[in-house]
Amino acid sequence: MTPSIEALGLTKRFGKTLALDGLDLVAEAGQVLAVLGPNGAGKTTFIRAVATLVQPDGGELRVAGHDVRREPGVVRSLIGLAGQYAAVEPTMTGRENLEMIARLFGQSRRDAKANAVRVLAQFGLSEAADRLVRTYSGGMRRKLDLGASLVGEPRILLLDEPTTGLDPRARIELWDAIRELVDHGTDVVLTTQYLDEADHLASQIVIIDHGRAIAAGTPTELKQRAGHSVVEVHVREPEDIPRVASALAELGDGEPQIDEATRRVSMTVPAGTAQLIGDLPSLAAVGPALEDIAVRHPKLDEVFLALTGQSLEQPAGAAKRRGREPAPVA
Amino acid sequence: MAIAAPALPAAPAAHRANLTSSTFVIAKRGALKFLRTPQLIVVGTLQGAMFLLIFRYVFGGAISSGALSYVNFLVPGFVTSSVLFGGMGSASAVAEDLQAGFIDRLRSLPIPRSSVLTGRVVADMAMLVWSLIITSAIGFAVGFRLHGSVPAALGAFALCVAFGFAFDWLFIALGMISGTPQAAQGIGFMVFPFTFISSAYVPVSSMPGWLQSFAANQPVTMMVNSVRALTQGQAAVATLGHPAGYFVVRSLLWAAAMVVAFAPLAVARYRRG
Repeated sequence: MTPSIEALGLTKRFGKTLALDGLDLVAEAGQVLAVLGPNGAGKTTFIRAVATLVQPDGGELRVAGHDVRREPGVVRSLIGLAGQYAAVEPTMTGRENLEMIARLFGQSRRDAKANAVRVLAQFGLSEAADRLVRTYSGGMRRKLDLGASLVGEPRILLLDEPTTGLDPRARIELWDAIRELVDHGTDVVLTTQYLDEADHLASQIVIIDHGRAIAAGTPTELKQRAGHSVVEVHVREPEDIPRVASALAELGDGEPQIDEATRRVSMTVPAGTAQLIGDLPSLAAVGPALEDIAVRHPKLDEVFLALTGQSLEQPAGAAKRRGREPAPVA
Repeated sequence: MAIAAPALPAAPAAHRANLTSSTFVIAKRGALKFLRTPQLIVVGTLQGAMFLLIFRYVFGGAISSGALSYVNFLVPGFVTSSVLFGGMGSASAVAEDLQAGFIDRLRSLPIPRSSVLTGRVVADMAMLVWSLIITSAIGFAVGFRLHGSVPAALGAFALCVAFGFAFDWLFIALGMISGTPQAAQGIGFMVFPFTFISSAYVPVSSMPGWLQSFAANQPVTMMVNSVRALTQGQAAVATLGHPAGYFVVRSLLWAAAMVVAFAPLAVARYRRG
């Protein structure tokens, strides 16, 4: 089957910044692909290229087999885009917003109305349908934005950091909504900075940094390579750190990470939480030196470290294009 | 966990909205946004009215306007410059749409790309006609009277719409280039020198010589004088020194030149994304 998205050696330069530097990536049809990476990795540029909003400088980019440069019109009729911003009109009602986008997809007035009703119900917005969007919460706006990208029944849904800036509850609600779409057979390509988001939603993950793919696989594969859990302990006295670190080193294959300033030692381990509980008694010897202990999922920077051997540098806003940072959503 | 779903059946036919219908849908949104922001309408109208009242009743007595009474001199200038002040809003609205990702969404839809701009212009023209009616009504309320034919007055009104069309491209281009609504508004303040250093509020002959050469030839003066000549008949011709045709032709040339200069700029900036 034709992959829903195929990028080969994709490049894009904005002034001095190389936003995409030979990106190779394939999103198979019938899958949810998460493009995971830090700020400025090129995620947004990639999505904008797929959505025909920026022209790549080089390489190939096909959407369902159609070249984005040669057949942008066809590509636009296949995709639905929901960006980092909720691009809905605050002075119109939820229903009016959806009907407007449906009409722009070339639907008749009647189809537009019917599709708006369907999408409102799908996202639990039926009750708020006739309220002006300026009265909506941030989470409701994002859901409506997601709905707007769906009202044209796209074959491929592009979501650029769909939950950035949302509170945890709205985030989980949006995840549920996205998962439901996936169950109904829409192909989804989403970008995210959050490993847990990729883990929850995607069947394939591509990790990108500095405009190129550095790792790809299923969430399980990547976690196996990156370690499944992280044990993090807070040490009481700085002089206990080496002793605690060597005890933690017993739990896995890698090196423990030491942060002297906050007296924290963390260790990425291959085992899941349940298995890990069995291993914890090996820490008994250093027990009195521990202020606090926690087991958590690895963060993006830890996955990076495991996969690339490099830690994730975060130059403040360096590689972001044209300063169009997402505004914090209230 | 995510589920690998079966692929959808064939995509819905790649139907496309045509230019007319997508322009209309986008224009309707622009107009709704205006109508549902009453602050914008009320504050805009009040500011304009206050401006007119101050010139009419406070400064007016000190300004001599030749064969025309000051109110008949002022109102054509006031109505014409209201076209520019209205345009400032258009620049910041475009910048806002760009910043909020709204234009990106429209550009990702299977519609003719030009409809995003044509929709904007159609909405702006509808709002302009509305505000010209209000502004003219306030003019009549403070004592403005027609001294020419009714067709000529309607021509003056149509001319104001044409000026609005030309300036709209300038403001859309500004909005596209400025990046943020605040910057767009800042750049928009350039309408102040253009409206004040013109014949809109005072006769150009009362300005120092070096300023006169700019004031007498710039587009706003040509446009204001066209409206004056068309609505005030012989008295205006006597005061301004030229018949209506002289000003109308020159202001239409200015308008055409602005469209030629700024429409491609707006379109190019829009294409670049």
